[in-house]
Amino acid sequence: MTATHESAAGLGEIDTDPAALHPITITVNGTTHRLAVEGRRLLVDVLRQDLRLTGTHTGCDQGVCGVCTVRLNGATVRSCITLAVQADGAEVRTIEGVAPDARTLHPIQQAFWEKQGLQCGFCTPGMVLRVQEILEQNPCPTRAQVREGISSNLCRCTGYQFIVDATVEAAERMAEGS
Amino acid sequence: MRERPVPTWDNPLPGVPASVARVKPPPFSYHRGRTVEHAAELLRELGPSARLLAGGQSLLPMLNLRLAEPAHLVDLGSAPGLDVIRRDGDMLVVGATARQAAVEHSSDVRALVPLLAEAVEHVAHPPIRHRGTVVGSIAHASAVAELPCAAVALNAQLTLLSADGVRTVGAEEFFTGAFTTSARADEIVAQVAFPVTGPGTGQAWSEFSLRRGNFPVAGAGASVTVADGEIVDVAIAICGVSDRPVRARAAEAALLGTRPGPEVVAAAAAASIADLAPRVDGDLAAHILPVVAAPVPAWGYRASVAKSQVRRAVTTALTRAGGVR
Repeated sequence: MTATHESAAGLGEIDTDPAALHPITITVNGTTHRLAVEGRRLLVDVLRQDLRLTGTHTGCDQGVCGVCTVRLNGATVRSCITLAVQADGAEVRTIEGVAPDARTLHPIQQAFWEKQGLQCGFCTPGMVLRVQEILEQNPCPTRAQVREGISSNLCRCTGYQFIVDATVEAAERMAEGS
Repeated sequence: MRERPVPTWDNPLPGVPASVARVKPPPFSYHRGRTVEHAAELLRELGPSARLLAGGQSLLPMLNLRLAEPAHLVDLGSAPGLDVIRRDGDMLVVGATARQAAVEHSSDVRALVPLLAEAVEHVAHPPIRHRGTVVGSIAHASAVAELPCAAVALNAQLTLLSADGVRTVGAEEFFTGAFTTSARADEIVAQVAFPVTGPGTGQAWSEFSLRRGNFPVAGAGASVTVADGEIVDVAIAICGVSDRPVRARAAEAALLGTRPGPEVVAAAAAASIADLAPRVDGDLAAHILPVVAAPVPAWGYRASVAKSQVRRAVTTALTRAGGVR
């Protein structure tokens, strides 16, 4: 099916086909991908379905829960309410790009493991990326600042206490390591 | 026994055609506005079934939930020069694609329009504010949201741009009902200009929400100017108690010309919703998207919260103006 619309105002032929593919270039965890996507594809779905990066989860699909959190040009965003076409030209980091190598956990991941900052693990990828951003902005946060910071992400298992513990622990390790 | 369908990479929803299962938003044709003028021409050409996309933090949830099914989306995101935050004489101009996070962290905004800086901190959470735009939130026109209410309290001026040209409307005339504005379908809110505060003026935002980052039950923004110990100018707007953000004129009248003190402020706050008709249960205007979803607090409760938020906002604004002893 194709549909076009001939503009009267000199815009030329406007392609009004919803199935039209739009070329995008996104760099995910350091690898540049050239893709062609429909306008309505969500960034999270392109990451999971097209690039097979299933560490980023889909939860509420309305921007509430934060499990789809990725870093877009460095800033945490909800990839479920970001269109893939809006990420054209952007640098994306997902949970797969957090650990330094396949055998070593990032200090935040290590602290989540040791402090039991996860139970079912569904919120964990988004939580780790958000915690990483919080610690970059404030390397030595108080527990209250951590709670405020992670209020963007829902966890239905831990009651958040162990996530706060893990974040404080990670902050201390990263301060020692630097 | 019937074989159970298995989700696959190419089709996460067995039984549903893959082309449908792989997407949540309804089909729309996607158009990138090269400039704001080009976007306006596209809106004109594509007609009223086209919607404008900026940060998408209100529109994308609506698309995913299929509350909105626009035939066309015109994306302003890559149009140059629209993400400005700059002073222009007595006004602070915020462009159509300036992110909420950029406004929040702008020292100009904090110094020149403190009410906007304080209100934007209450909009959702940082990951939303990284993408959401101030102008987009105003154009979405939720009756419970912070930024439309701050725009009314500040008497902000909206620049509406279409293929016909440009016109300016005040924030109060812009909001005509829940999720409804006086902008035509082919008009773009290209920028919003907020008056810059002067000496003797204090501003504050106050709201109550059930959880951090949620839309408020009710909230209030106040801007108060004090000269020689007397209130010489005051503007208060409330969200959460009408189908749009509203000025609390009775409260303003109770404050103007007085020498401020706790009793005066309390009396003004008590009068703040005197002009408003009670809202029905299941009020669409109390919801964050144009659908009646989860239960919302009854109007009586929202009204009482609104009064307390007016008291808090005015008290803080007066302290900042140096007017409360």
